Amino acid sequence: MSEGTLYDKVWEEHTVSELPTGQTQLFCGLHLIHEVTSPQAFGMLQERDLEVAYPNRTHATVDHIVPTSDQSRPFRDDAAEEMMAELEQNVRDAGINFSDPTSGEQGIVHVIGPEKGLTQPGMTIVCGDSHTSTHGAFGALAFGIGTSQIRDVLATQTVAMEKKKVRKIEVTGELGPGVEAKDVILEIIRRLGTEGGVGYVYEYAGEAIENLDMEGRMSICNMSIEGGARAGYVNPDETTYDWLKDTEYFQENPERFDELKPYWESIRSDEDAEYDDVVTIDGSELEPVVTWGTTPGQGVGITQPIPAPEDLPEEKQDTARMAQEHMGVTPGETMEGYEIDVAFLGSCTNARMPDLRRAAGVVKGRQVADSVRAMVVPGSQRVKAAAEAEGLDEIFTEAGFEWREAGCSMCLGMNEDQLEGDEASASSSNRNFIGRQGSKDGRTVLMNPRMVAAAAVTGHVTDVRELKEVSVA
Amino acid sequence: MTDEIPEIDSASGSGVPIRGNDIDTDQIIPARFMKVVTFDGLGEFAFFDQRYDENDEPKDHPMNEPQFQDASIMVVNANFGCGSSREHAPQALMRWGIDAIIGESFAEIFAGNCLALGIPTVTADHDTITELQDWVDEHPDADIDVDVENETVTYGEKTVDVTVDDAQRKALTEGVWDTTALMKSNADAVAEKAASLPYVDD
Repeated sequence: MSEGTLYDKVWEEHTVSELPTGQTQLFCGLHLIHEVTSPQAFGMLQERDLEVAYPNRTHATVDHIVPTSDQSRPFRDDAAEEMMAELEQNVRDAGINFSDPTSGEQGIVHVIGPEKGLTQPGMTIVCGDSHTSTHGAFGALAFGIGTSQIRDVLATQTVAMEKKKVRKIEVTGELGPGVEAKDVILEIIRRLGTEGGVGYVYEYAGEAIENLDMEGRMSICNMSIEGGARAGYVNPDETTYDWLKDTEYFQENPERFDELKPYWESIRSDEDAEYDDVVTIDGSELEPVVTWGTTPGQGVGITQPIPAPEDLPEEKQDTARMAQEHMGVTPGETMEGYEIDVAFLGSCTNARMPDLRRAAGVVKGRQVADSVRAMVVPGSQRVKAAAEAEGLDEIFTEAGFEWREAGCSMCLGMNEDQLEGDEASASSSNRNFIGRQGSKDGRTVLMNPRMVAAAAVTGHVTDVRELKEVSVA
Repeated sequence: MTDEIPEIDSASGSGVPIRGNDIDTDQIIPARFMKVVTFDGLGEFAFFDQRYDENDEPKDHPMNEPQFQDASIMVVNANFGCGSSREHAPQALMRWGIDAIIGESFAEIFAGNCLALGIPTVTADHDTITELQDWVDEHPDADIDVDVENETVTYGEKTVDVTVDDAQRKALTEGVWDTTALMKSNADAVAEKAASLPYVDD
């Protein structure tokens, strides 16, 4: 068993009791909620005549169903309006803070938690959303939960969990030009598999991780779940602390920063911590990674050939064959040149300022290909405002991108932003599952935000390193 | 509070095989069916896009076949339920009629969601699962007995060993799988814990 890791320390720090099942009752420092997975939990609470135990440690936003074009109320989609109204009612009754679209701080739950400074090192963070692992970038223990567990957390501020093993994933060296955090995590999932992380929490470490900005670390932790790991984290360091200083909470409570820093330092993994497993990846060897199939583990370097199913481990062959048929790709060829119809720049994986800035650098002075419908969906209203202050919106709109309001949008196709028919999308999101982007015949190619920008302007999957870039920063 | 939580030592019924690795929760319940504020009525949308074409005409899928309509034991392959944490997925399967799932492996959040609904997720190796899936195809009306307590599955003349996660087995067989009341009874300890944490300032 692991010892002396951040995971061990934060777990210990938050343990309330051992349950008769052998599970641990774990205190949840922060509970984030949104409109899709919480209403049933509030309903269950009502049935049992229970109240929300710690409304001050709960924060709500609306992201999954919110329209990204016209957000005026009532929403055009009756079902979306009903969900929104239900959430409004629930948070009002329980006294839960709500970053709604009129607040100027609404956005994807995993973007606004960090922005507001709600997300802090050494916390336990839960949310009814599998990408809650994102918050691990700050050295928090953060994981997705189901609706019955949301009920548990609302009623008790605790969750029943079994302790997991810890795998350290050390990414050494320096990432090459054009290679981003997204490529690192797609490569990790390619190598370790979509279920390689089941039973584990991932600790991301090594020079390449330490050199990433917070947004990059969030992209990596975000997709831990795509590798089967319910949580992933990076030890907090000066990069983390500098970022936290600028968040709403620490701007308003600067004295808390110095008060909390010793705690943050104390929960870092010890130099001599013991891990259940250690994997090393040479970051300097990586290139931009794109997916060729229908799971996030089916990725390939942009200059590398798509694997033949028979060259893969036996248990992966059937899935690969079906995926290649669905995508219409040919083993032996590269993904470069794969024609796309839609470019989607958004999601809790890649819709923060540095993502948009980098993508704008590729787009500037170019035009979206005639055959492509391209959209930018900022991760939050704050990201949107910051991007507009830098003029990024003009770069995108002049090139032919749609500039949208904040939300989950086409990552999962719960609002009207969806693929149609067998459209192919170049997407900065996290899942290429069949049907994920709203059309069951739709085809999703996952890639980093600059690669999405490159695909948008050429009309096909393109090695962004071959396009000349204009700096906008 | 709720009535007493039932102890679930076993599940029995006829089977339905769902083949394939990495079957994600977007397939089990597409997102467009989640625009609802209750779980009621989700059963008919389970595996909807695998079961129906764009004109809502039924496609070839085990869950559309008459011989599997009464099935309550689903037999699946590896990494079943990966992806989104949506509890809508096990809720949809449960409301379709599923009481237990036997598979090669399950994604963690999915298995946890099943447990919260009292649905055992038991595992066995690839060959055992394949053999069972083939047997179910040949014997769609015959019962499969999932013994959670003793970690076995019995079908036809055969009994095979399966694995049930320790906490899951205890929770199900001792009737402590609904954790709300259990944890609520520790409210004082929770308050103490909250007060001890440096970042809790409210």
